[in-house]
Amino acid sequence: MNAALLLDAGLCLLILTAAVLAMTGRDLFGAIAFFIVYGILIALAWVRLEAVDVALAEAAIGAGLTGVLLIGAWSLLRRAGVSEAHELSHWGLRLVAGLASAATTVVLAAAVLALPPGREGLAPLVTERLADHGVSNPVTGVLLDFRAYDTLMESIVLLVALVAVWALTPASAWGGVPGMRQHARPDGVLAMFGRLLPPIGLVMAVYLVWAGSSQPGGAFQAGTVLAAVWLLVVMAGIYDEPPISSGLLRTALVAGPAVFLAIGIAGLGAGALLAYPDEYAYGLILLIEFTLTFSIGATLALLVAGRARRAA
Amino acid sequence: MSEFLLLAALFLLGTIALGFLRVHWGPSRADRIASAQLVGTGGVAMTLLLAAAGGNSAIIDVGLVLALLAAFAAVAFVKSTSADGAGDPEENDE
Amino acid sequence: MSGFANVLTVILVSVGLVFFLAGSVGLLRFPDLHSRLHALTKADNLGLGLIALGVAFQIGEPYAIVKLALVWLLAVLAAASVAQLIARSALDRLPAEGQADRQA
Repeated sequence: MNAALLLDAGLCLLILTAAVLAMTGRDLFGAIAFFIVYGILIALAWVRLEAVDVALAEAAIGAGLTGVLLIGAWSLLRRAGVSEAHELSHWGLRLVAGLASAATTVVLAAAVLALPPGREGLAPLVTERLADHGVSNPVTGVLLDFRAYDTLMESIVLLVALVAVWALTPASAWGGVPGMRQHARPDGVLAMFGRLLPPIGLVMAVYLVWAGSSQPGGAFQAGTVLAAVWLLVVMAGIYDEPPISSGLLRTALVAGPAVFLAIGIAGLGAGALLAYPDEYAYGLILLIEFTLTFSIGATLALLVAGRARRAA
Repeated sequence: MSEFLLLAALFLLGTIALGFLRVHWGPSRADRIASAQLVGTGGVAMTLLLAAAGGNSAIIDVGLVLALLAAFAAVAFVKSTSADGAGDPEENDE
Repeated sequence: MSGFANVLTVILVSVGLVFFLAGSVGLLRFPDLHSRLHALTKADNLGLGLIALGVAFQIGEPYAIVKLALVWLLAVLAAASVAQLIARSALDRLPAEGQADRQA
């Protein structure tokens, strides 16, 4: 018991240290390095809280996507001639950000402490009703069944975010390709890495969706892994990003929410919007999960890639 | 046994804390990103210990994802240091 | 789990921890980036391998043991690639960057 307590206390201390060092460091790149470290530690914290589904998502987002996104943004800023020292000299801005974060923490802590003790919330109800449905992982059950409309809306929000990023494209590059053309030595380490890892990532993504119906995993975690290996393939210069006018690409982006919505509307026949007929529930949830995975993967990868910058 | 595994995880947390110093000091950016890599490897090892301590092998999947993506930030970093920001440090080698 | 498996786990994990400690100490004590990369990508991955092996004796399901092996393989692959790429890119900027980046 003592070891567990010490471990949790140490983890909290390191997370806070990483956060403070990321915010107070003079060096912008140092702040990014600490943010990556912070993501890894937060994933471990979710493991300690026995929220393995969330830990998987945080590991994929924090270790995979955020680092690539922030370092890419830093590189673009540097090349655009923005001086790091100048950007970081607004101590007032940092103070406001710090105060806002502290205030959010206090409100969240107050909300958690205000919960009546000894209540299990909806967990017993979810466990009881899960048997009627297709899946045995309670998190997937809640996301895809009991509160399916939340998940449907979130998948659409992700798509809207991408539309917003694309809206920043100047008319001259519209329909073009995001980012710079990446290149690498064809027989070098980077190209080898970019060929070896994506197949493993693909298998892992399929495994995570499949596992999601009975144990931690699911479309979002798997989609993030897909997005990460997509970015790696591009960074290794093996394939270029697709032009944003590509019909195939747009189909992939919309497929997940569209299939989800279509099945949801068909649910009207079974009694209500987003209701699944009992005998098909498992198959339908898996179908939604798999198409959502590919759409989430494509959307996240393109969010990181940014607006179109050159002609197709 | 799970007490021992948790203590081992605590020890790893200590080695990660040591790594923090190098992320903070640098001096070069490569030092910072390489020490972030050390935190990643330590984190993977911690997930394995926690999986065994808690008897929950699904936690190993978190380690798998961390290990798969461990190199990504460093790859983005070495690309940003190439001449046009889109290359590969090995490109001009003979 | 049998006592013998527990003894093996304690030994393997403990030796693994020593390598992690060696990696961190090397990261702090070695004089330049290229030496520090050795500490990072060799010591730590040996440590991870030993810990994965030690943990394997505590996990019953065979497929979970396959996953442990995959974790280690992926970590070694990532570390080897990263070490080579960072070392090569640092070589291009050996004289300049250490100075330019040094902070108070």
